[in-house]
Amino acid sequence: MTLHPTQSSPVGERPVTAPPSKSPPVTRRIRRRVRGVDPIPWWLKLFVALVAVYLILPTVFVIPMSFGSTRSFAFPPKNLTFDLYRNFFSDERWLTSLQNSVVVGLLAALIATVVGTAAAVGLHHLRGKPAQIIRALLMVPLVAPAIVIAVAVYISFLKWHLVGTLQGYVLAHAAIAVPFVLVAVTSSLSNFDSNLLRASASLGASPSRTFRRVTMPLIGKGILSGAVFAFVTSFDEVVIALFLRDPTFQTMPVQMYNSVTYEIDPTMAAASSLVVVVVTVVCLGLQLLGSRTKKR
Amino acid sequence: MPTTHATTPAAKAAAGAVSTRSGTQIRLTDVSKDFGLPEPAVDNISLTIEPGEFMTLLGPSGSGKTTTLNLIAGFETLTTGSILFNGGDVSSLPPHKRNLGMLFQNYALFPHLTVAQNVAYPLRERKLPKAEIAEKVGQVLELVQLTGRDSHYPSQLSGGQQQRVALARAIVFDPNALLLDEPLGALDRNLRGTLQQEIQRIHRELGSTFVFVTHDQEEAMHLSDRIALFNKGRLEQVGTPEALYAAPETLFTARFLGDSNVFDIADSGGATSGSAVAWEDRTLSVEAGTVSPRVAAGASAALVVRPEDVRIATTPDAVPAGANHVSATVRQLDYLGSYRTAVLALGGGGTVGRARLAPQEDDLRVGQAVTAWWHVGRQCVVAV
Amino acid sequence: MTAWIKRQRLSPLWLLLLPALGLLTAILLIPLAQSFVRSIGESAWTSQHYENLFTDGVTLTVLWRTAWISAVVTVVTLACGYPYAYLMTRVGPRMRGLLLVLVLIPFWTSVMARNFAWILILQRDGPVDDFFGVVFYGTATGVTIAMSQVLLPFMVLPLYSALSGIDRRLLLAARGLGSHPVKAFWKVYWPLSRGGVVAGVILVFTLALGFYVTPALLGSPQQSLVAQLLAQRTTQLLDFAGAGALGMVVLVVTLVLVAWANRVGGKVSSLGIVPTTSAKEEE
Repeated sequence: MTLHPTQSSPVGERPVTAPPSKSPPVTRRIRRRVRGVDPIPWWLKLFVALVAVYLILPTVFVIPMSFGSTRSFAFPPKNLTFDLYRNFFSDERWLTSLQNSVVVGLLAALIATVVGTAAAVGLHHLRGKPAQIIRALLMVPLVAPAIVIAVAVYISFLKWHLVGTLQGYVLAHAAIAVPFVLVAVTSSLSNFDSNLLRASASLGASPSRTFRRVTMPLIGKGILSGAVFAFVTSFDEVVIALFLRDPTFQTMPVQMYNSVTYEIDPTMAAASSLVVVVVTVVCLGLQLLGSRTKKR
Repeated sequence: MPTTHATTPAAKAAAGAVSTRSGTQIRLTDVSKDFGLPEPAVDNISLTIEPGEFMTLLGPSGSGKTTTLNLIAGFETLTTGSILFNGGDVSSLPPHKRNLGMLFQNYALFPHLTVAQNVAYPLRERKLPKAEIAEKVGQVLELVQLTGRDSHYPSQLSGGQQQRVALARAIVFDPNALLLDEPLGALDRNLRGTLQQEIQRIHRELGSTFVFVTHDQEEAMHLSDRIALFNKGRLEQVGTPEALYAAPETLFTARFLGDSNVFDIADSGGATSGSAVAWEDRTLSVEAGTVSPRVAAGASAALVVRPEDVRIATTPDAVPAGANHVSATVRQLDYLGSYRTAVLALGGGGTVGRARLAPQEDDLRVGQAVTAWWHVGRQCVVAV
Repeated sequence: MTAWIKRQRLSPLWLLLLPALGLLTAILLIPLAQSFVRSIGESAWTSQHYENLFTDGVTLTVLWRTAWISAVVTVVTLACGYPYAYLMTRVGPRMRGLLLVLVLIPFWTSVMARNFAWILILQRDGPVDDFFGVVFYGTATGVTIAMSQVLLPFMVLPLYSALSGIDRRLLLAARGLGSHPVKAFWKVYWPLSRGGVVAGVILVFTLALGFYVTPALLGSPQQSLVAQLLAQRTTQLLDFAGAGALGMVVLVVTLVLVAWANRVGGKVSSLGIVPTTSAKEEE
């Protein structure tokens, strides 16, 4: 597998475009190389195409399933209906869990964004070992396995009576979403020239005016994408949610988990498609927003 | 060079009021800045920049010139000392209340604002009426020859145009002084020349105080009324470009501004008494007026001569009486267009020097043994 | 340290860090610390819970199985990811953008939707069973397939960042000096890409170690992985001390590996995914 690249190199042994002569004229070889017409072998393209299919397979698979019938998970669905969506929007459990997820996601994203942006701005200006250590510490939720966090949080939350509560979910999700905000805001700050702050001060703007007129407009996009990532992180989080669940309070991923493991509820297909479409639209929208502001 | 001391009330400057067009005096007294590194970045500097003066802070990187500028601007806090604008203490005033225009090497234009919005920024901060803002922005853009670019974004302008916008933005609010932090460093040579003239023209037209930071000695010589030369956080020498070039006080100054032939003097006792010093196996005469006051009697020193003051004699008897002379060997001849230079091995050969050749001296060849001489009045004895 | 504090003059910027640190401490660090305290005995110190991990006969087996599956997943992602990342360096900007979007799709797809889809695809009478006559649902192979898919981005992105920095004219130079193409690749291209490979490999392996939902949904209960063991000890056996010990082992191994990957691959890490992807696409 790892040998593929070589054989597609510009001096490959069987150049597709070169005439079948034993020693092609030097000028021709050079021109081919300069124009970059050196061939990429068809089997490499085919292999990558298969990998691409593998990457998107589950995503594109759930959508047709969501138009299937209420009785089975057979693929492909025999006749296309909206039954599953009708089920979803008429089932109290699904709707409540969706609502819970949105509320938890919004609150967690709000907290994570405020807290994470403040930390990113602070860390951007601070140098030295302590700042580095704090940055690494704030990134721990991203690298530590979710299950380890979930188990530790669950046991402590039991004592603190936070299991199965809105506050418990919001706090836990806010904590694991902080790194996403930190990363997004830090990256927009790193493109941010600190001389702009000095320029603004020299022109007579107080630090708070500078923040409003210069810092915010320039890192706003980073904060927004951090907030969206934080929301999606919370909205899609299963592992901690499974431990914090309670018959009276569940999020949508937990309801989805239940419907796969305990109930075998085909409505799951509609729920999955909805989540996939919503998340994709949000993320794509963010990308488009990014490329549009960049162009100007 | 203007030397009139402004007598504007201290409170006016301290409050960040708009200065008069005559410029602001900036006085630094015993200023130090310690970042906690082994050596302080700025070490006990006292410097008075006169109203309307074009003062250049010159020095190699890390010499403290930029830190000094940042201290004047208020971006850094003083470790010791004080800074006065027209006699009013601004040491504890935050940068946005010091009313100083500032130019940065990377322009520091706000990328999300248009040219007009960038220039209007300080005026909006000062809550001027809309009509007045528009009028002033128009005037200043005309001054920097950028009329018609109002609605462009900085990214749509060339480097030179961006620096003009930055210049317009820095002067539009009549600042106490304009601080320029290597503003031409990012521009190519031709453009740099044009903008140098532009900056000089605007300095003349505004008559306000300019503090210019650079590591480029040619730029400093070309632009400045006076130069403050920095070395390792200290002020090496302050003076007009002519004074620094013709009468350097230290070897550092002599070497930083222009080329020098340097003769190491182990014992400067003879120099401070105004007679002669020993160099290698010969004696060089010294005039009292050419000895730097910073040379301590008996300490080691250096005798420096500029290449254009060194003459070449092919026979020892061609040297005029009273001139200092040393034997030399021509190592190399360089043709530099309008003139030629010779690289010389001086005396015993351990000292390499350079002479700018006069038209009658062009019959030299490499390897030739000659005598290098100069008038005693053209040399300096400096501290090392 | 005191000099450092003096230099910072206790800048008000440090206050900006407090909310984040407070949240993290309360919600993550204190629970993890409590978990650690439980694992070494709350009243008297004991290493019993750690010794049990090696002597109970179950934990070691599960750990080895987890490591084995993680290794297989790593190999699969490398085998799929290297050609993918290589092709990304060879195609035009538009195609590269498409390949990048495709590789990011597993990120965007909801965890539950993705696993649900894999159940449908791999189950009895699912499309894979129909075409190939094999049922991967409930097997380690099924778990591997599903995990490799979602971990592929973590392999491709560091690889792409390493491969795109290689000057391909070096291959020409090697050929010009008389090397066979295979040898030219092996002696020139591969060593230059090794930083990206090592970073991707460590990253994928580490992330795979902590997978919970995928093995729980797609695997068989008889072949559980370490995350399932951890969950089971906590919620079913209520062995909080034992779970704490196991959790600490997993956490420490993970953090050490990630720190190593960071060192090897420079800035390439899972942390970099968010900005890397958004930055890459805009350039």
